[in-house]
Amino acid sequence: MAKIKLTKVPFAGTPEQAKQLEERLEALKSVPGGLMPALQQAQDIYGYLPIEVQMKIADTLNVSLEEVFGVATFYSQFTLNYRGEYQVSVCLGTACYVKGAGDIINALKQKIGIDSGECTEDGKFSLVETRCIGCCGLAPVMTINSNVYGKLTTDQLDGILKEYM
Amino acid sequence: MFRSTVLICGGTGCHSNHSGEIYDEFVNQLAANNLTNDVMLVKTGCFGLCAVGPVVIIYPEGAFYSTVKVDDVKELVEEHLIKGRLVRRLLYRDHKTEEMTKALSETNFYKKQTRVALRNCGVINPENIDEYIAYDGYQALIKVLTEMQPQEVIDVIKASGLRGRGGAGFPTGLKWQFCRNAKADETGIKYVCCNADEGDPGAFMDRSILEGDPHAVIEAMAIAAYAIGSCQGFIYIRAEYPIAVSRIRIAIDQAKEYGLLGKNILGTGFDFDLEVRLGSGAFVCGEETALMTSIEGKRGEPRPRPPFPANKGLFGKPTILNNVETYANVAQIILKGADWFASMGSEKSKGTKVFALGGKIVNTGLVEIPMGTTLRTVIEDIGGGIPHGKKFKAAQTGGPSGGCIPAHLIDVPIDYENLAAIGSIMGSGGLIVMDEDNCMVDIAKFFLEFTKDESCGKCTPCRIGTTRLLEYLNKITSGKATLQDLDDMEKLCYYIKDNALCGLGQTAPNPVLSTLRYFRDEYIAHIVDKKCPAGVCKALLSFEITDACKGCTLCARNCPVNAISGAVRTKHVIDKSKCIKCGVCMDNCKFGAIVKK
Repeated sequence: MAKIKLTKVPFAGTPEQAKQLEERLEALKSVPGGLMPALQQAQDIYGYLPIEVQMKIADTLNVSLEEVFGVATFYSQFTLNYRGEYQVSVCLGTACYVKGAGDIINALKQKIGIDSGECTEDGKFSLVETRCIGCCGLAPVMTINSNVYGKLTTDQLDGILKEYM
Repeated sequence: MFRSTVLICGGTGCHSNHSGEIYDEFVNQLAANNLTNDVMLVKTGCFGLCAVGPVVIIYPEGAFYSTVKVDDVKELVEEHLIKGRLVRRLLYRDHKTEEMTKALSETNFYKKQTRVALRNCGVINPENIDEYIAYDGYQALIKVLTEMQPQEVIDVIKASGLRGRGGAGFPTGLKWQFCRNAKADETGIKYVCCNADEGDPGAFMDRSILEGDPHAVIEAMAIAAYAIGSCQGFIYIRAEYPIAVSRIRIAIDQAKEYGLLGKNILGTGFDFDLEVRLGSGAFVCGEETALMTSIEGKRGEPRPRPPFPANKGLFGKPTILNNVETYANVAQIILKGADWFASMGSEKSKGTKVFALGGKIVNTGLVEIPMGTTLRTVIEDIGGGIPHGKKFKAAQTGGPSGGCIPAHLIDVPIDYENLAAIGSIMGSGGLIVMDEDNCMVDIAKFFLEFTKDESCGKCTPCRIGTTRLLEYLNKITSGKATLQDLDDMEKLCYYIKDNALCGLGQTAPNPVLSTLRYFRDEYIAHIVDKKCPAGVCKALLSFEITDACKGCTLCARNCPVNAISGAVRTKHVIDKSKCIKCGVCMDNCKFGAIVKK
């Protein structure tokens, strides 16, 4: 099981986000097994799952906060951490790994100056290691938000990161 | 009437390579040339040959264009579509013969394949139900609902010999029979589920089927529901597959609109509704009981069996769960008959199997072969061999639950029994090829890092066992292990296998056991000689500069930790205490004067 790292960035949800969450949760109240979709939609709205949001979900769906936290920390897609403006994700699936994804993630840690699972202090970049994203033909692969970079080598990284500076 | 059809691959591989922009550019160029009503544009599912994507095929000629760029579209429209001349520079070339191949079907990659589960992938527009129907879609459902009794459906599936494509290979017909026989409670509810939580790293068969032919899965689930007496289904799909999720949702909406899903299907009185649930990135949720727990909205932890899901599954009701590829075969079996399906494959493994070919191989992509095809055919003929003239070392099947097939077993026919006999498993179909530059201890470590992370923590043998196994492997790859450690590690493997609660834990030691079986000498080299023969394990490597050094200073300038010193035009030296073994110097040296030992 992965270690749980908690965010240091204070929660700053907007009233619009709160309203959106309320509406979606209302629709999920009567769905059997609605907790997973609730967390997925909450993460869509906020980008992560701070404890304030988990408390709201627990209240509305009438489950304990402990259960919400348990589910939120079980699945790797859920993040309790604030995500940077640009999320750099490196695929560590087998096909990418045998083609050098390990070197890519190490180089990125050094270049961005954070460990995987962390976010830079200015909130600009966060770095994550992901499971296979399924474009093994392009291995090794990383994504920055929705842009995909395939057949990567470490010497391309500076050029790519520059586009987001 | 359209005079030409342009197929553009919209699978994830090609999509990531900007095939969406190529599609848009075709729209623009066709409009600019007043061809919008003459040429049909279709965004299809995966063609399979992801290595040369983005792929564009133009019919009626069947011209197969590879590695197409947005800038090439203008030329394709003006030359091919207007003047009727092939754009030769973009036609696919065989990697070995350099021969230009005009049509997809002529390539070595496709010649030895038999496409059943993938039959519509790369052929139809997955977002248009009419195209699926035009290729006999929903015919099998109609046949089942109007001409067959539920038991007859199960008998056909049993006779076909279809086995689960998710990994374990359990006979599908038997699974359906158990669930049909199971007594439902007073609510009468039974469930049909589809496992599309393809978590095996390096495998993308299920994703490609859902992206390329989503209706085939929906149709099969409806057939299964009729056979076992269910009216509600769930598709559990990974959130990491956004394109597949969107296409399956579109397909469900279209099927409902056509009256092929929902209440009173085709006026036969049969009801079946389908819901999509997203996984959230937990490998263990590929295990059947864990998947069901996850649909229930809980932590995806497995449950002990018995009771088996056929009796007590999702929400405590009788449930069947099959994998995407298994479902993709069902409609064809109903239409063409059990004998047709059973005529393909080997004695106990019938039909075909889809593999995601990846790693050190020329034609990375998706291949479907009859069971019993040899690994050699897959790697050398279909896969086009190993790139850069390297030597084939092993193939890994079954992902973190599987094992490796070493080079000397390359002629083993691939089926469930043979793979089990050599210590691997069929698995869901990931096939990762490794060459001489891959260290087998490192690969075993990679998989253990994965299973250790993905262990749900419910049972001790798996939670602590995988952690301890990984510690042994780390000790070995850093040169600190003894031969006693190797023995202890092997014992621990069998202990975990025998005692873990679910499939994840029981198979987690497989990558270690299988590499130990075929590559024990590599483990010994790490332990006794303190060397990594493949040159991968960093702690056991050292970089040295040979006399071939010209003193160009390039390495010293590129070294990130300033570990290299030396004057211009004299041989440089690496300070081993500073060196972080990143290999940048070796990659940059123009004289091949830096070696790793």
